[in-house]
Amino acid sequence: MLAKVTVKLKTGLLDAQGKVVKGALEGLGFKGISEVRIGKYIEIDLHGLAAPAAKAALERMCRQVLTNPVIETYHVEIESSAAKPIAGKSKKTARRRVLKASARRVKVRK
Amino acid sequence: MKWGVVVFPGSNCDSDCIYTIQDVLKQPVETLWHQDKDLRGVDAVVIPGGFSYGDYLRTGAIARFSPIMKAVEAFAKDGGLVLGICNGFQILLESGLLPGAMLRNTGLRFICRFVTLRVERTDTPFTNRFERGQVVRMPIAHNEGRYTVDPATLKRVSNDAVFRYCNEQGELIDAANPNGSTACIAGITNSAGNVMGMMPHPERAAEPALGSSDGRLVFESMLNACAASR
Repeated sequence: MLAKVTVKLKTGLLDAQGKVVKGALEGLGFKGISEVRIGKYIEIDLHGLAAPAAKAALERMCRQVLTNPVIETYHVEIESSAAKPIAGKSKKTARRRVLKASARRVKVRK
Repeated sequence: MKWGVVVFPGSNCDSDCIYTIQDVLKQPVETLWHQDKDLRGVDAVVIPGGFSYGDYLRTGAIARFSPIMKAVEAFAKDGGLVLGICNGFQILLESGLLPGAMLRNTGLRFICRFVTLRVERTDTPFTNRFERGQVVRMPIAHNEGRYTVDPATLKRVSNDAVFRYCNEQGELIDAANPNGSTACIAGITNSAGNVMGMMPHPERAAEPALGSSDGRLVFESMLNACAASR
């Protein structure tokens, strides 16, 4: 299964990078931007674990290594491995599998 | 007094620390490799600056899980003297031995220059050779040096701040805070006082030829503290 981890800076902390990017976007004439915040996106391909064990392991990974709880929050989404198009199948079948899998997506934590 | 300097892949101030201890202070020093599991009987540990593990994920995030850090954590919990400089400070924050975390400098630039610091505490093993309120000069060289701590924790640890960024008159003003650190904090100890992290480099200011000898006092203070505890 594929775990997608999004790491964000905690609300209220100054995101210096985001501020500079906002300035650049506005400099290009983009209007209506109230804030830009930059985070991290991590994909972890897991195998051999049942969904509950994987969720628990991902929680531990996030808390111990992937984030620093003093400054960051995280969000984990798990996609079952069926989401990957399987070689040899027609594009149509693969696409259907992807759609089915996205419907099964589990939100672990906000 | 036997010193230990930890070396990670990517450390780049280890030689400067070893030089300061060995050639300036004339003290024996052991090099501790990140894969080592014990501290070989040293009396104090210095975690030097650099880019341990390429600063991957977050500064210090990977280094804190190296075998040597397990030994350093046990040593610190047992009251051993641990000084983290720059990346060493970041590693101590990640390992939870010190409160808070580091973010990118507000100006988004790597800053490498001398700064002035106000000595807030002289009753620590790292600052007993300074005067309280003394303004000292040491260089900083970092990209992630914005010390950050939540307001509740700051209330609790504010008194543990040892060095604060200040102007030459010792005033804590925004213009003298190079990286946007909370409460101008440049160096802080744990509540027990035996672990200190600081972003400025005392080892780069340990001899007149380097433009300042103020940093030498940090090492001499540790020497003092160690001699006094014997």
